[in-house]
This record gives sequence, structure tokens and C-alpha cells, in this order.
Amino acid sequence: MAIKRSRPFFKTCVFFAGLIPFGWLAFALWSDTVNATVYMTADPVQKLNRELGDWAMIFIIITIAVRPFADLTKKPGLVAYRRMIGLYAFFYALLHVSSYVGIDLQLDLMVFVKDITNRNYILVGMVSLTLLFPLAVTSTKGMMKRLGGSRWKRLHYLVYLIAILGALHFFMMTRADFSRPILYAVVILVLLGYRGWTYQRKTRLKKRTAPTTEAT
Amino acid sequence: MLIKTKNISDAKSSEIVQQDFYYNRRKFLTSAAGLGCAALLPALGSPAFGAQKPLKNVQKTAWGDKLQPTTFDAVTTYNNFYEFGTLKSDPSKNAHTLKPHPWTIEVSGHADKTGKFSYGDIIKPHQLEERIYRMRCVEGWSMVIPWVGVPLAKIIKRLEPTSKAKYIAFETLLDRQQMPLQKFPILPWPYVEGLRMDEAMHPLTIMAIGVFGSEMPNQNGAPMRLVVPWKYGFKGIKSIVKISFVEKQPPSTWSVSTPHEYGFYSNVNPEVDHPRWSQKRERLITGEGGFSALFAKKIETKMFNGYAEEVAGLYAGMDLKKNF
Repeated sequence: MAIKRSRPFFKTCVFFAGLIPFGWLAFALWSDTVNATVYMTADPVQKLNRELGDWAMIFIIITIAVRPFADLTKKPGLVAYRRMIGLYAFFYALLHVSSYVGIDLQLDLMVFVKDITNRNYILVGMVSLTLLFPLAVTSTKGMMKRLGGSRWKRLHYLVYLIAILGALHFFMMTRADFSRPILYAVVILVLLGYRGWTYQRKTRLKKRTAPTTEAT
Repeated sequence: MLIKTKNISDAKSSEIVQQDFYYNRRKFLTSAAGLGCAALLPALGSPAFGAQKPLKNVQKTAWGDKLQPTTFDAVTTYNNFYEFGTLKSDPSKNAHTLKPHPWTIEVSGHADKTGKFSYGDIIKPHQLEERIYRMRCVEGWSMVIPWVGVPLAKIIKRLEPTSKAKYIAFETLLDRQQMPLQKFPILPWPYVEGLRMDEAMHPLTIMAIGVFGSEMPNQNGAPMRLVVPWKYGFKGIKSIVKISFVEKQPPSTWSVSTPHEYGFYSNVNPEVDHPRWSQKRERLITGEGGFSALFAKKIETKMFNGYAEEVAGLYAGMDLKKNF
């Protein structure tokens, strides 16, 4: 009951927390413009794009870490914040691509098309972003009901593929220091491994306790 | 009628600024900082703001005298120098561990004068020159940098290479104490680079020992580094400790690390894309940050970085797509 009552408050907190990186980047750019600080380096085009991509990865990883974290801390209510965090991953991924096409390529769409067809790391990144769309669209309560719990869940397992493709995209665009993309990939694989393990355990438990009633 | 012959590498009239503009600007900024923010400066703590010793008897040259240099702050805080970190802001924060004086350079290979030389042995006999060059990074951005240095040809001549010397190879310092990132296998250390002998002897190629009329800051490759303005920036090997005259094409770090992306020649060429991005345009970093830099229009990348008139002859008949 206590969890339920405080949920709107915490949801608001999560909402504002998700905006912090965006707010920071906007402030940094404003400050560099007005106060001649160098938060965004002398080449903010590259810096902004990297930051946005990095935050998309971080929010994706937080999204898939929510369930294991809720299990370990025995706070199942935390799962209620997962969709919003996932939407932030979508938000930053969308800004990441927009900054690439709009600012880096200066809306030269021909170059972008060439990028997608010729450059594998951009293709992988775009597939990852495209897969995020159906998840974002079906993230509302109404869509959850319309799809039904198990179908919705199955669709949203895509988040693991999206995370892996995101890390692969990061790995492929790195030219020397692979520590960050490798760290992301390892964290994603550990989280995926955990989910696989609990899933197996659950189905085994189900078989043992209720062999006749498969449906849940 | 007044007819003016124009060098391809000359700037458009819109890029022209008064000579000494940046010196005055720097002077103004320093004095303003001294008066207004004296208390703030130590807190910034960046070696980029540390006083570099001004160099004496620097001869002005016509090279780039019509180009508007990028600001001192951008040139000294936006650096690729992986020995000190892989972020652009890392070298200016971390390079204080480098000890550029005293400095020893070992010369070996096919030359009459080989052995160990001090920094003074190599540089002192020569007239220092200022060369304002465009610097195009392979990543797609560029700067205009007022280097101080000596034509490499003059240094080479004094070392008396033999006819067997077809290439010249350079090596950066290998010292995990002074260059902390060498503890990690980000690249095969030490950083190595090389030039064909005619490239090394070309009057545009310099051994740089300073920027903006002062000694080279550590993060820019103190005490001496190569500058080859018609090639991508990574050819400009920093903090050089070894020079050798060799018969065969020497290895270069990036072409060893990622051979399909970086070649030995690495001439700036808008027609040859990097496998992962186009090289047709570049972002010119002026030093103005924030939104104005974010939405500044990209400029067209020029063949040989705008020095085609001077260097295209070196590559006559060569397939530049193959020899990228």
C-alpha cells in the first residue's frame, strides 16, 4: 500500500531525473555560448552527438537492469518505473540520430542514405533505433491491455536485442579505446544472463508445483 | 589594372585579418584575465593556461599570413594525444607529467651523422620560422595553427643521409611514467610515423617547437613534433625521440592498428572517403564554442588540404585511392 501511494511522487522524480542529462547538455551549450566556457569542447558537434548516444545506451541498460535490481532488493514495485526509463532511452537515441543528421551532416540526406547503405556501424545503429519504435508506441497502458500481457512481454523482450545492437554500434565506431563499449556489452550480457537464469528457474518451478495447470 | 597572382593556398579575402591580430587579442585576453580573474585562474588549473616561454628571433613568413588562426585556447585544449587520454580534453589535463627538458633525440640508420643529440643540437643551429598552416584531422574537423619551427629539410641536411635513405622514420617517447596511457594497449606503443624522403625534404614540412610564438605546450607534442600540412593530422607525430633513415617504407601506428582505414600516405583528399565517414567537408574549429560552433556551416575540404599547388607533383602518376 505504501508503495502504491508514493508511486506518482516517485514517477515524477524519475521523470525529472531522466531530463537531467538533457538539461545539462543544454546548459553546457548555453554557457559555452554566453560565458565562453568549454564544457562541450571546441567541437561541440562531435561532443553533443557522443553524449546523446552515450545517454541512450545508459538508459537502455538501466531499463533492463530494473527487474534484476527489483528482485535483488525485493522491491517488485520498482518495475513500475521501467517503461518511463525505456522511453528516455528512446528519447536520447532519437536525439542522437537527429543531431547526427541535422547538425553533423547539416541535413544532407543523400550522405545519410549513403551512410546507411555503406557503413555497417550506422546500419546497426539505425536497426537498433528502428526496433525501439514499436516498443515506444506500445508503452502506454492502453496498448498493454490491447496486446495482452504475454504478447506485450514477448514484444518487449526486443529490448535485449536493441541493447546488444546498440553496444555493437558503439564498438564498431570506436577506433582505439574499446573499454567503454566492452563494459556496456558485458553489463548487458550479465543482465541478459540473469533474466535467462530466472526464466528457466521459474518454468522449472512451475512444472514441479503445478504440472497440470500450465496456463497463467 | 592591377593583376595579382594568387596562390591556391592563399585565403579568400573574407578570411583575411590584420597581421598580429591574434597576438594583440591574446595580449588583451591575458591582461584582462590578470586584472579581472586573477583569483580564478589557479582554480582552473589547466596547464593550457600555464605560461609558455615566448620564443625569440622568430622569423615571420608568408605562409598563411592571411589565415585567421584558431584561438590559443582551442589549439591547446582540443587535442588528440592518446598517450594522455582518448578524450580531446584529456591531454591538456594530463600532459603535465611530460618532461620535455632536457630532451635527447637518437638518430640512426643511413646517415653520416648518427648518435644521440640534445634538443639544442637539433634545433639551435637554425632560424626559427612561423608558419600558419591549416590542420585537417582525419576525423573531419580542422584548425588553423600558427606553428613555430624549422624546416625539416634543414635538419635532415645536417645529418647527412646517404643515398640509401629512402624514407625517414620517427618515434614518440616511450615512458609509462611520463605518458600514463601507455600502460594500456589502446595503440601499439610507442607511436611511430614515417615519410618518404621527398616528402620529408619538402619546404612545407617542418619540425615544430612552438605555437603562437611560444614554446610547444606538452599537450601539443613538446618539445618537438612533426607538421606536414597536406596530410591528416595524425601524421604529425609528437614528442619525437628517435629519427632513423631507412631504405624501406617504415610502419606508421594507425596503419598498423587499423590497416583498412589508415594508410601510410594519408594525404588529405576529399575524394577518398574514410570507410566510416565522408571526407568531403570539414568543421573548421575557430575557437568559438557553444551554439555558434554547433550550427556553423561546414567548409569544403580541399585536395592536399589546399596545398595542392605545392605538393601535387610529389604524387604524379600515383593512384591516390590505392595509396590512401
